[in-house]
Amino acid sequence: MADSAKNNVEHDVEHDVTHDTKHGVARYVLRTTAVAYLFFLLVLPVGLIVWRTFGDGLGPFLEALTSPSALHAFRVTLVVALWAVVLNTVFGVGAALLLVRHDFPGKRLLGAFIDLPMAVSPVVVGLALILLYGRFSPVGGLLESWGLQVIFSTPGMVLATVFVALPLVVRSVVPVLEELGDEQEQAAHTLGASRLQTFLRITLPGIRSALAYGVVLCLARSLGEYGAVAVVSGRLVDQTQTLTLFVEERFQNFDQPAAFAASTALALLAVVTLLLTRLLRPKD
Amino acid sequence: MGTPDAYGVAMTAETATRTAPPPRAGARRRRRFSGGTALGLGSAVLYLSLIVLIPLALVVVRSADEGPGYFWRAVTTPDAWAALTLTIGASAVVALVNLVLGTLIAWVLVRDRFPGKAIVDTLIDLPFALPTIVAGLVLLALYGPESPLGLNLAYSRAGVGLALLFVTLPFVVRTVQPVLIELDRDMEQAAASLGASPFQTFRRIILPNLVPAMLSGTALAFTRAISEFGSTVLISGNLPFKTQVAAVNIFSQIEGDNTTGAAAISTVLLVVALVALLVLDLLQRWGSRRG
Amino acid sequence: MAIEVRDVNKSFGTTPVLRDVSVDVASGSLTALLGPSGGGKSTLLRVIAGLEHPDTGTVRISGVDATRLAPQRRNVGFVFQHYAAFKHMTVFRNVAFGLEIRKRPKDEIRRRVMELLELVHLEQMAGRYPSQLSGGQRQRMALARALAVEPQVLLLDEPFGALDAQVRKELRTWLRRLHDEVHVTTVFVTHDQEEAIEVADTVVVLADGAVEQVGSPSDVYDNPANPFVMRFLGPVTEIGGSLVRPHDIEISAEPRPGSGEATVTRIVRLGFEVRVELLVGDREAWAQVTRGTAERLGLAPGDIVNVRPSPGARSLALTGA
Repeated sequence: MADSAKNNVEHDVEHDVTHDTKHGVARYVLRTTAVAYLFFLLVLPVGLIVWRTFGDGLGPFLEALTSPSALHAFRVTLVVALWAVVLNTVFGVGAALLLVRHDFPGKRLLGAFIDLPMAVSPVVVGLALILLYGRFSPVGGLLESWGLQVIFSTPGMVLATVFVALPLVVRSVVPVLEELGDEQEQAAHTLGASRLQTFLRITLPGIRSALAYGVVLCLARSLGEYGAVAVVSGRLVDQTQTLTLFVEERFQNFDQPAAFAASTALALLAVVTLLLTRLLRPKD
Repeated sequence: MGTPDAYGVAMTAETATRTAPPPRAGARRRRRFSGGTALGLGSAVLYLSLIVLIPLALVVVRSADEGPGYFWRAVTTPDAWAALTLTIGASAVVALVNLVLGTLIAWVLVRDRFPGKAIVDTLIDLPFALPTIVAGLVLLALYGPESPLGLNLAYSRAGVGLALLFVTLPFVVRTVQPVLIELDRDMEQAAASLGASPFQTFRRIILPNLVPAMLSGTALAFTRAISEFGSTVLISGNLPFKTQVAAVNIFSQIEGDNTTGAAAISTVLLVVALVALLVLDLLQRWGSRRG
Repeated sequence: MAIEVRDVNKSFGTTPVLRDVSVDVASGSLTALLGPSGGGKSTLLRVIAGLEHPDTGTVRISGVDATRLAPQRRNVGFVFQHYAAFKHMTVFRNVAFGLEIRKRPKDEIRRRVMELLELVHLEQMAGRYPSQLSGGQRQRMALARALAVEPQVLLLDEPFGALDAQVRKELRTWLRRLHDEVHVTTVFVTHDQEEAIEVADTVVVLADGAVEQVGSPSDVYDNPANPFVMRFLGPVTEIGGSLVRPHDIEISAEPRPGSGEATVTRIVRLGFEVRVELLVGDREAWAQVTRGTAERLGLAPGDIVNVRPSPGARSLALTGA
């Protein structure tokens, strides 16, 4: 990418010399339009919240985030996100291997099903899980009679989060696995490595950065999920309230400082994610 | 085409692999259907079924529970119908804005050079990384009743559109950008040497090559917009008949224990999204055939 | 016999790739599987390695039936066309891989790897990563890696296919010498007849998934079993309904027994050799003569000369040609 960018630059410079300034003006207009749009849509709104949060110094920010409710929300968020990331990572690597290294009937269908969550509204995700695992459904009733409450409780929130973040690891790993090819794995086999040894010593190191990239995406999505969790959690303060639910509830209850502080914390997490994905993004 | 960016990765990467050139000879010979494959496939299908497929199927089943008459009435209650038409209309408008501005931004990011470009490039993914509820909150802070710009879009359809523009920003940019990077500059120089002006070169050489990616990005943005929930909750004020989008309408029906009604509207949303993705798939094939 | 392949059939989908293939590879030999691309030679090699399962037929390695054995249990060394270097490991770790899998003691691994790196002249590169090596160096690393596990047979898939012409020639000679040193039974795949003839002591010609001929290099070159083998192993021309090597054509001013008239259409001087293009009746043919012969005959385009296959030269009658 750096290379082609450099070529472009050289080309443009050349262009400027040989062409009239009309072209230069057009470029300036395009650049200004793009930057202004992004400034008013992204930078200014996010900047304003950060500024408002820290307007009165760091003290109120920390205070708002260390209230018992906020701390509880942090903990719930972490527990749910970690479960979702672990499950989706295991599934993601397995499914990617299946899609790239194995042949079976219905492979395209499986790929399409894995992508399906991207096309489903988070609210519909919540509804779907309630219909299967809710107290009044046969499955949910059975699980509850065994003492496992899914909806309005952590398992349901984990399921909802797994659902929305499901394709991320698979789709990060698949292209790299394809690119990697299976020759190195075959070479390991001929050298005496078993399937497990080959996976651990050859395949896993080969997809390491793509996997990390997928995991970061999955983690960010899991920490930030709102709609699906809002439906299945029942939004019980100090029980099933995640950080995003905390933001909404505080805001509706006119506690702007807390809502802003939690938002800023989540926004900072988002920025860290962005920087991490920049570092980890598979290079061409 | 490389791996598309950040969170857009899901759909776009899938389509990218589908149109990728056939891999080297070694990859042709995959492991045959074996015990290992069966075990892996079984686990994957079980996982998908328990979390995604059966629950979604139940939504569709539930929507039809009380017969087609009930389904139709649930979808056409004045507030549900208003929410659906608003959602689809606003999403279409937002997708078109993205088509134009997203392509423009991709162009600037690939062909222009200015200080801070790398930061701008990174920022594009922010809407994917930022929780939607936070997105709604920050927009409300700047464009709400306390707007320091004096611009109050809260509880208006413009506010809904703004929220949707925010969350869909990366799609077109991130599908067009890699295609633009890969675009053969020789073609443009050839066109110029044949006497084409920069505008003619753009319209006749560059644009036709970008169209498939532009349309893919637009379809993805549209799909995302119709299902959006979190970012619209705060800024729209959820006024039925005015600013309530379909996802919010479903949410309030669930809260009101009307799961059958909620399922009916959900089914409509699902169908619209799948149709959009189907169109996307056809566009991809069309694009790869021409490519 | 180190390798015995019996009646192997293999299809990909509905396309047959190997048809009733039977091949014996003698212990300690250096055998080339030669044929055009798509002829099934790589597949045969992969069947021997266990990377591919035959639909029918058997493979025995050192007398043991290996047909159903997984590749990791066959103790074969396989060198891939594109090297299949483990990109995330140093040269040392690449070569050590098979020994680490076999849980050999650390100091033994160290000694053996350094020995092999010396053998392939990479001892200075032990700490480098594959991306820091040239193509030829990577190829030698792959070879050392395959040899490290002391395989019963060494299999090489187009070992020089991805290298440029100069390096290719060097590595050929080197492989031949290496084989003389380590004496491991070696089978390599190539589509380059010159490579097969120069390096191998036995050549197996494969086309369309079937064995066309097996023999020593001079055997297959001088006594091709059929027109296909003759064409594949070297230049041929057609004269009087027979296939002949162009250097086996005699040109004379006067008619001789068995000769026929031909018109010289063009003369191309390629250094020491001269290519004489002819029209025999209404058919084009060509002969390869030395510069001296061409000068002695004073050949020029338009000349009418007499041509015949040299007595004792191998020629194949073409039926219905």
